[in-house]
Amino acid sequence: MSRSRRLVEDWRYADQSALALLWPLPAPERIVVAPGESVTRALVHEGEGVVQLEVELGAGAVADIRVLSHGAGYGRVEVSATLGEGADFTLGAVQLCDGDAKREVVASVTHAGPDATSRQLVRSVAGGRSSASVLGRIVVDKGADGTDAEQSIRALLLARGASANARPELEIHADDVKCAHGCAVGELDEGALFYMAARGLDPATARALMLQAFIAEPFAGSTMEEQLMGAARTALGAMA
Amino acid sequence: MLTIDNLHATVADKPILKGLSLTINPGEVHAIMGPNGAGKSTLGYTLGGRPGYEVTGGSVSFMGQDLLALEPHERAAAGLFLGFQYPVEIPGVSFVQFLREALNAQRKARGEAPLSGGEFLKLAREQAALLKMDMDMLKRPVNVGFSGGEKKRAEMVQMGILNPSLAVLDETDSGLDIDALRVVGEGINAIMRAKNQDGTGKSVLLITHYQRLLDYVKPDFVHVLAGGRIVKSGGPELALALEEQGYEAVTA
Repeated sequence: MSRSRRLVEDWRYADQSALALLWPLPAPERIVVAPGESVTRALVHEGEGVVQLEVELGAGAVADIRVLSHGAGYGRVEVSATLGEGADFTLGAVQLCDGDAKREVVASVTHAGPDATSRQLVRSVAGGRSSASVLGRIVVDKGADGTDAEQSIRALLLARGASANARPELEIHADDVKCAHGCAVGELDEGALFYMAARGLDPATARALMLQAFIAEPFAGSTMEEQLMGAARTALGAMA
Repeated sequence: MLTIDNLHATVADKPILKGLSLTINPGEVHAIMGPNGAGKSTLGYTLGGRPGYEVTGGSVSFMGQDLLALEPHERAAAGLFLGFQYPVEIPGVSFVQFLREALNAQRKARGEAPLSGGEFLKLAREQAALLKMDMDMLKRPVNVGFSGGEKKRAEMVQMGILNPSLAVLDETDSGLDIDALRVVGEGINAIMRAKNQDGTGKSVLLITHYQRLLDYVKPDFVHVLAGGRIVKSGGPELALALEEQGYEAVTA
């Protein structure tokens, strides 16, 4: 796919009228991680707006980015990362959408050097008439042998009017590469909800436990895990 | 304890229970046996209040309350425990967290103080030991990665922790090897032969295909369920006759 065509594709699920009001966007924030250094970032994006991060990882560098995106209106978090030799990149993102919200996470991870590892974990919960979109790309450049890349995208729909889009994309130009990816859209498991009720949990508590469990993975292992889960629990509690 | 009178229930508009009556007194163990499709699991789910299992007639009284008027979680708090034939896996929620929330929700509904983390862990450890289950298993997500036998054992650990007045156990013996069957049988006896706080006896309704669990948990009464109704009742000897001669011969 040509560069310009790809750029257009990256905005296909965007709320165009909301975007027009936000345009032109400020320049993306650039995070450069020097060879051997590490950076962690926990970002809470509430409400309307576009957040763009460009992360460049030198040889052996580590970047750990966690995102909680929630609230009303059109919200987009875009993270692109370029990995040098032996670098390690983690993106764990949760988006919670309700009402008429339109939210999206757009991730692009490029393995430019060999033996780098990356993980993209995105969990979306969509209620009301909201829509949650995830575009996740893994690019493995020529010569980036020994790449170990993983991508997992899951969405849970809480209402009939809610929708989720997931578009995984793999572009591999090297031979010795491991790329695992998975996508799933589902609803709360009725069987599990009844099992919990049969043990004495009221419906609201059972549902809250299930939702917390669903969104826990992208925050697991973060130094900010407790704060992010706390904020997510509050946001989930406010959802219908 | 439990009085089921002329119970009718449908699943997806199909009548399954067609006039089932059964009385269980405190301290009694009843076994319900029957061929596939007789309505055994439907009885368990209907008593538990599972969505989709619709009562179309009859009544169920549980410790003086109209059981059918209660929500599933209220039935649990009232002292009913439903042991699942196929326990459900819940990724991301640990057994310890799940059971502590469940127990404290039940205690709250009964106006009792919640157990602290320490008190709960002590109770969980005792009950796990009773079923010879490693406490580390309870730190894992609910039933995830458990074998069929481990899930059934875990059901009994849950029963021990929640300490119900009436346990309805749906094919708790399926998927168990001989040793696990003995451990589970002894566990049921240890938990359910104990008295309630008020000194009354606990009751058990065992739903099973086979006589073998009844070697360990000796029933006071055995019933044969066929076509959505109880067609024959008797003592423990009825289970032996069924095992030897089959349902058709015994109920003919």
